[in-house]
Amino acid sequence: MTSDLIAVFPESPPPELVRTLDLAGYRWKSFASADDVTKAEPSDGWTGAVVCADHDIDAAWNFCRALRKRDTANAPLLLLVSGAQLDDLTLRDELFDDFCLVPFHPRELEARLRHLLSYTQSAPRPDVVDYGQLVLNLETYQASVDGRPLDLTYMEYELLKFLVTNPGKVFSREMLLSRVWGYEYYGGARTVDVHIRRLRAKLGEEHANLIQTVRSVGYRFGQSRWT
Amino acid sequence: MLEQQRDYVLRTVEERGVRLIRLWFTDVLGNLKSFAISPAELENALEDGMTFDGSSIDGFSRIQESDVLAIPDANTFVTLPWADAKAPEARVFCDIHHLDGSPFGGDPRQVLRRNLQRAHAMGLDFLIAPDIEFFYFAPPEPGQPPRVLDEASFFDLTTTDVTGGLRKETIRTLETMSIPVEYSFHEDAPSQHEIDLRHTDALTMADSVMTFRLVVKEVAATQGVHATFMPKPLEGVQGSGMHLHMSLSNANGNAFYSADDPYNLSETAKRFMAGLLFHASEITAITNQTVNSYKRLVPGFEAPVHVSWARNNRSGLIRVPVPKRANPLATRIEYRSPDPACNPYLAFSVILAAGLRGIEQGYELPAEADSNLFEMGDDALGKLGIEQLPQSLAEALRVMESSSLVYETLGEHIFEWFLRNKRSEWRGYKTQVTPFELQRYLRST
Repeated sequence: MTSDLIAVFPESPPPELVRTLDLAGYRWKSFASADDVTKAEPSDGWTGAVVCADHDIDAAWNFCRALRKRDTANAPLLLLVSGAQLDDLTLRDELFDDFCLVPFHPRELEARLRHLLSYTQSAPRPDVVDYGQLVLNLETYQASVDGRPLDLTYMEYELLKFLVTNPGKVFSREMLLSRVWGYEYYGGARTVDVHIRRLRAKLGEEHANLIQTVRSVGYRFGQSRWT
Repeated sequence: MLEQQRDYVLRTVEERGVRLIRLWFTDVLGNLKSFAISPAELENALEDGMTFDGSSIDGFSRIQESDVLAIPDANTFVTLPWADAKAPEARVFCDIHHLDGSPFGGDPRQVLRRNLQRAHAMGLDFLIAPDIEFFYFAPPEPGQPPRVLDEASFFDLTTTDVTGGLRKETIRTLETMSIPVEYSFHEDAPSQHEIDLRHTDALTMADSVMTFRLVVKEVAATQGVHATFMPKPLEGVQGSGMHLHMSLSNANGNAFYSADDPYNLSETAKRFMAGLLFHASEITAITNQTVNSYKRLVPGFEAPVHVSWARNNRSGLIRVPVPKRANPLATRIEYRSPDPACNPYLAFSVILAAGLRGIEQGYELPAEADSNLFEMGDDALGKLGIEQLPQSLAEALRVMESSSLVYETLGEHIFEWFLRNKRSEWRGYKTQVTPFELQRYLRST
């Protein structure tokens, strides 16, 4: 980490954030979008990132996702959210390392950022997750069942990954849409049903029941912890 | 998001040893076009698109602007199940752009994208589930009539014939390509089959229909069988349609559903239907684009002839199926005139545009026509104010030509090219002297 540069979202950060970062002596650069920050990434990666989610939360999540590519070490990411957005943090733990409520206290923000950056690297993420005969390699994006590779589209893979990493929990269609798709989808909540149907077909008859329909609620992957 | 999709595609190509990536796109008439690139080119293609000369493709560029850009839609990347397992292949649908990056006006996929975005801006998404009919024949010989492979009929269980096996293999292939099948069965005519796809958003469905037609033909060809989506290949039996089950969804779920209406149809659904009925004749050249299409739209063969709607009457243009149980999600309408030889991107575009016009301008839905229209005389229909759909390609083109709705929906490029191309098809047809004429007039006049 020699470039020592912090990525900031959005392009015009709030003045109090600018002041705090400058006073604390950080070198930083702000970006308007996920694409912009990806293009500008230094060869040795970002030192850290501060993402303001209180205005355009969808764009903020996209920004976080762009910074969480798997082939480079992850830069520690501090998220700024409003109190009303706390629910949106649920099941997005992999997208940020710590958060701070706005309006923030400058000294709190500075302390949290310093603490985050004190880790040279965040803990390594598991490369492989499995459930019974189903194996997902998060590094190579490959899934297999009974040793047979599954041919998945990108969104099918993303949905399966989310389900396998959260087994036993029931998710509503709306929850799956917001956590797996973000906001780029057409077709409303039916989109989830369509993709679940496709995944079951590809898992094959023997494993199709790994994804269970929970009537009038949504879907659950694997066994409930209560049964 | 885009970045991760690209990563996904690149890693999958690497991990699975994909040797060839086929870039698919569709011409104005709905023919699937393809060119192949090697994995080495893929990253560049995903980033910047691939330049190719579009001037050789029907309805694409004029000579002076012949180079266009195919930009892969990474979300449609899927490996091809029929490729050699030792040299895997994959396909990805592309959007066609000008070299400066602006959308290319001759690309049907982008026409549909543009119309879906308009609906999306109104808070509405368009869902479609098609029932696609087709025939299996022995390989055609020039000048000979098609030869059927079985003499079975509607819902017949044909255990011994080759076509049942073909249908099963077709469905398996479709499912591995992310195209879920709801039902499949033997249709009414000999050698005729139907496969019903499960609903999905209109863009994915248009891609799926393109893939579907290829899969049906590919699988049939492995057994030396010729599959055809020609609307009316055999005289005297039913033709092949592509009935479209449709609904709009909004933030609250199914925008077509209302618990208060006796038919469970919302105001939005009724206005959409009214728009579709009002503009039906204008869009028929697009939903039924061949000379042969109009041989299907005749009385007596379960194809619509009149512009009308009804709850459970299969002679109407729009049918409102009664959902099993009162399931809000299953409330939908079925548009029955399109045939499987249409360009799905353009057909879905004009259907959506007609329906949205009805919603935007608050069209009134005419009364239901619940008696069997096929058995009524023209006078009786006239009294009900029920018109006929265009009777020929020439008539359909004439109505389309004066439609500002179709012009706006398709854009100038496709609108003009389509009319020019189809008029020339009609002229070619008109010069034919048919067996009907010889039989009827040669001796009597």
